[in-house]
Amino acid sequence: MSAPAGIPPRPAAAPGGARAPAARPRAPPCRNGPVQSQVHFPSGYSLNPENYSAPSTHYPQVPHEAIPSQLDNQYIADYHSACYSVPAQSVMTHSIGPGMLNTQQLYGGAPHPVESSGGLLQEAVSSASHLHTSVPQSYSAMSSHYISSTSSSVASQGFPLSSGHYAMPSVSSAVYPHLSYPAMSIGSPYRQVLTSQSLPAVGQFKETNAFPGQSTIVPRTLQQQVTLGYNSTSWSTSDFQSAQENLSRNHTGSVAKASNQINTVGIVDSSHPVNQNVQFTKPGVETSVSSVVTSSVRTPAADHLIEPASVPSSTQPPESLLQEAIDSSSTTSSASPVTNNYDALEGGGYPETDSATSSPAPPPQISRNTKPFGYGYPTLQPGYQNATLPTSAMQPSNPGHQSGFQQYPQYPGVNQLSSSLGGLSLQHSQQPESLRPVNLIQERNILPVSPVLAPVPNLNSDLRKLNCNPDSFRCTLTNIPQTQALLNKAKLPLGLLLHPFRDLTQLPVITSSTIVRCRSCRTYINPFVSFIDQRRWKCNLCYRVNDVPEEFMYNPLTRSYGEPHKRPEVQNSTVEFIASSDYMLRPPQPAVYLFVLDVSHNAVEAGYLTIVCQSLLENLDKLPGDSRTRIGFVTFDSTVQFYNLQEGLSQPQMLIVSDIDDIFLPTPDSLLVNLHESKELIKDLLNALPNMFTNTRETHSALGPALQAAFKLMSPTGGRISVFQSQLPSLGAGLLHSREDPNQRSSTKVVQHLGPATDFYKKLALDCSGQQTAVDLFLLSSQYSDLASLACMSKYSAGCIYYYPSFHHSHNPTQAEKLQKDLKRYFTRKIGFEAVMRIRCTKGLSIHTFHGNFFVRSTDLLSLANVNPDAGFAVQMSIEESLTDTSLVCFQTALLYTSSKGERRIRVHTLCLPVVTSLADVYAGADVQAAVCLLANMAVDRSVSSSLSDARDALVNAVVDSLSAYISSASNLQQSTLIAPNSLKLFPLYVLALLKQKAFRTGTSTRLDDRVYAMCQIKSQPLGHLMKMIHPNLYRIDRLTDEGAIHVNDRVVPQPPLQKLSAEKLTREGAFLMDCGSIFYIWIGKNCDNSFIKDVLGYPNYASVPQKLTQLPELDTLSSERARSFISWLRDSRPLSPVLQVIKDESPAKTDFFHHLIEDRTEAAFSYYEFLVHIQQQICK
Amino acid sequence: MESVVFIFSLIDCCALIFLSVYFIITLSDLECDYINARSCCSKLNKWVVPELIGHTVVTVLMFVSLHWFIFLLNLPVASWNIYRFVMVPSGNMGVFDPTEIHNRGQLKSHMKEAMIKLGFHLLCFFMYLYSMILALIND
Repeated sequence: MSAPAGIPPRPAAAPGGARAPAARPRAPPCRNGPVQSQVHFPSGYSLNPENYSAPSTHYPQVPHEAIPSQLDNQYIADYHSACYSVPAQSVMTHSIGPGMLNTQQLYGGAPHPVESSGGLLQEAVSSASHLHTSVPQSYSAMSSHYISSTSSSVASQGFPLSSGHYAMPSVSSAVYPHLSYPAMSIGSPYRQVLTSQSLPAVGQFKETNAFPGQSTIVPRTLQQQVTLGYNSTSWSTSDFQSAQENLSRNHTGSVAKASNQINTVGIVDSSHPVNQNVQFTKPGVETSVSSVVTSSVRTPAADHLIEPASVPSSTQPPESLLQEAIDSSSTTSSASPVTNNYDALEGGGYPETDSATSSPAPPPQISRNTKPFGYGYPTLQPGYQNATLPTSAMQPSNPGHQSGFQQYPQYPGVNQLSSSLGGLSLQHSQQPESLRPVNLIQERNILPVSPVLAPVPNLNSDLRKLNCNPDSFRCTLTNIPQTQALLNKAKLPLGLLLHPFRDLTQLPVITSSTIVRCRSCRTYINPFVSFIDQRRWKCNLCYRVNDVPEEFMYNPLTRSYGEPHKRPEVQNSTVEFIASSDYMLRPPQPAVYLFVLDVSHNAVEAGYLTIVCQSLLENLDKLPGDSRTRIGFVTFDSTVQFYNLQEGLSQPQMLIVSDIDDIFLPTPDSLLVNLHESKELIKDLLNALPNMFTNTRETHSALGPALQAAFKLMSPTGGRISVFQSQLPSLGAGLLHSREDPNQRSSTKVVQHLGPATDFYKKLALDCSGQQTAVDLFLLSSQYSDLASLACMSKYSAGCIYYYPSFHHSHNPTQAEKLQKDLKRYFTRKIGFEAVMRIRCTKGLSIHTFHGNFFVRSTDLLSLANVNPDAGFAVQMSIEESLTDTSLVCFQTALLYTSSKGERRIRVHTLCLPVVTSLADVYAGADVQAAVCLLANMAVDRSVSSSLSDARDALVNAVVDSLSAYISSASNLQQSTLIAPNSLKLFPLYVLALLKQKAFRTGTSTRLDDRVYAMCQIKSQPLGHLMKMIHPNLYRIDRLTDEGAIHVNDRVVPQPPLQKLSAEKLTREGAFLMDCGSIFYIWIGKNCDNSFIKDVLGYPNYASVPQKLTQLPELDTLSSERARSFISWLRDSRPLSPVLQVIKDESPAKTDFFHHLIEDRTEAAFSYYEFLVHIQQQICK
Repeated sequence: MESVVFIFSLIDCCALIFLSVYFIITLSDLECDYINARSCCSKLNKWVVPELIGHTVVTVLMFVSLHWFIFLLNLPVASWNIYRFVMVPSGNMGVFDPTEIHNRGQLKSHMKEAMIKLGFHLLCFFMYLYSMILALIND
């Protein structure tokens, strides 16, 4: 349970320190008086931690207008109602307290309010014999959420008056509760009273209308009390408590009633009281108020009319109702709304959205209810009963909580109703789409016209809004099966695809001295935790209840106190923390870059040095880093050359070490130099380097010794080693022999040597990783160089691999251009040093395999010496314990790294997904792209550890198994046809594309290095890029129109439809663009429209288009503009700028293009249709 | 003579038992994150060959001394040890590879294997003990 971040970056440095200090349970939070009560209070309303969202647009408004506007402090009513929405009972029990207090103060404390309200009462008394009924009504109208309290007290007040007990409002408070509560105990029908009052009230319109005018006073006085605090209360606690208990029961009773009503009567009724409230809060709308009241009168209410008068002391019914309330709570809780609608709240549009919007149940609620957060409730139920009173007595600390209490009773009802509605609508609109059976063999146009988007998890809208961006974090199954058995039945892989260090345009960065984390599992606080109350939160991964630290109570964003759930950490599923020194084992390292360059004859001949040096010169100032940035160079052929760049030298000094068997550093201190201090020397060296070795005859390459030297150089600091290699290392440690048999390149049977030949590079990588050094490999070779072995140096040190087959600066301009572009990105992109990444998941799930470039240091901790924004990761998960007691599972990745500016930062992503129990739901939530990418990763592992044919079989079996499982699960389908759920309709296509991918294809001549490189890419590319590699996008671009075009930065970007990857779609009259991720092909048909060639390519006719065209000219024509804006839009959507290659129909390069048409038959592989038939046969077997 | 064979087997078996326990402890240390994969694997890989030799020697000894039953009992385990050692891919750092031990449940299967071996060696231990006493009495 060590902190992911807390883990020492260097295992060797302090293995023992890796363990986080054992969580020490804090002393129980009981202190003295007020504090204690505060503590209790939370426990009471802990019932509905997840309900934050409930603040449907319409309830909060009420309090808003009435009180919060006057509240000086920030406890805006809507927040509270937001907080405690559904299991309204618990809320009520508490909120009542303050309400009572308010009225108490009103009468006993402040003289001013007494007067006003007294006068009010007097008026009411004199005006009508229905006083007690009418008064509550008007009160409720005025003070919206204080309704219950005010009305109750007023009622009681009025009561005594009429009954002669009470002469004056300045009643001794000790007696007061007794009297008032009985009055309140009519509360069970209380709501009816409220709503039905209008009947009698009709006759007294003048009086009722008058109230709203005065009502403004009441809220204000209330508000004053609130800010003052309640400490002045003179009640004896016991009295208060009992009274309170009564009250709470009544209220719970009324909740039940309310919800019952709503369920039976329908939404109009439920919204009706709300309406009233809303209207009344605005003093200016009396007339409309009265009209509303009258219009909303319900006949059944008339029966209750008498009740309030006659049953003032009845406490029994409420008790029975309590039961009812609890029942209703348990039902509602399962459908309780989840989470934070804060965005809306923070938006501030509230008060203005008026009664008009408030009356109908708002749509968000519907969806909100569909996904329960159910697990919390049952355990909390008891708490709510104990914790009631003392707490409310001390509410001053958070006075706003009480607000809106009267509204709560409505929540469950409305929610229940809307949830049932919502459930219906959701299930009926959504399920069929992803589950719609698709007959694969009959449906010819299976590919959608627009790029496939990630499926959206079936969560309510608030969670959905908060959930992590699918570009950063994706799961193969957006509905997590409840048990491993169910997962096995579905035959789909369960795993995550991560792109944690992606370039983000918007990232909340949080500076805080304490980073709030779960004390037992060290999860970072995230939007999916539940706040039990203001002081405690429940971890959504291990379910431990944690304290909210004092500092967290303050929200720097709104500058308010007591709103822990509005903090950015809880509002964003992707956040970045600036970590304190607790997260460091040593001072943050500077950015250190070492370049290890091959200068043997082969390399010089290929001419890469010029490009690298030029590119580095151009980007020297853009290298990420601060004033401490250091840089160094090592070159090697059969010897190793170091460059002394120490400040003060007149020119760079080359030091040659020829003892490659026992490599040493000639001048350890001056080889890595400060970039800024020695900039001139570095520039001199970069300018000189390409020419220094032009006449070399040395053909050997001592890569191993050079790497050892580089490791020695880097080990004190850590950093990044960039290795440029152009041939098979042939000297010293780590020398390799050619293992490829060219005759076996197109073999359909066995592909050997996919694994490394030696463990030298792996060991070196692990050593580097231990010293926080990553090795990036640029392999620019024309012949076999055993990438399988060389790649290990990057794989396990979290580096990246670039491969440029048959690189030559002039013979192969495409590759040269690609190198240039890649280098530009490579030098300037963000970089994180000495990083570790930990992936946590909800209890019950576990990770069993990791894919990507890193070293797995412990069961869930990845050691990443460097992390770059282009690296993707994948993990396979298994379900160890069934997830029966939860409806949501969460995954969290925390990436702790040192930025190039020397800051220690933690980037946290959290993903939340629903748990399902039925097989159909699992299929409905399948994310076919993620599944294919994960399968590709698994297949790479399989082909290295077992054999390529095994991996291919496994891929085919994955399709066969999942589809046959689906067909057999859906019994109504014909067994003989090949049916797939809509969510998986592209599965066979993508798997076929995988089988034809360079990594896994057989029968087509594929060089071993190409194959291995493709495998490396599959392992380390993020999903978006990998998908384009597997299944490129094909567009027809000779007839681009503005139809459906989108506007990006004042540019019109046409959106041509996706074409399927088949030659049948290619016409000689057209021009097509294929987007393969890192390369764009433009294929031009023989009879391509001359106007396209002229307008877009800038050549008079087809014949004059050169064979090697890598750029579109900037022509001032509409079609050229469209084509260019489309291509640049595609380019902008990815970090690596792809190169463009124009292919004429007869050019030799067209084979590259046609290899990507994966739906067509090749001599060695199935066409898509044949593949489907093959799958069907397998299924039927 | 017989007794000498069994006394040797007994000592060898004790060593193998200790080795199995050591494997289990080290692996569970790794499981609990007390040591990192790199050091765990280098520790364990050091002892793979001694274990292999120790067990092969006993097996051969039983074959030579014509204790067929014990030989057949030992044969599968000994051949598994050799197979495992021989089948290590060229790029791996030994039977225990730090880069793979956390993947695909390898840690668990290594653990299981060590447990089974411990049980097997305990069984052998008592068998050798019994045979040794029998041999000593017969002498």
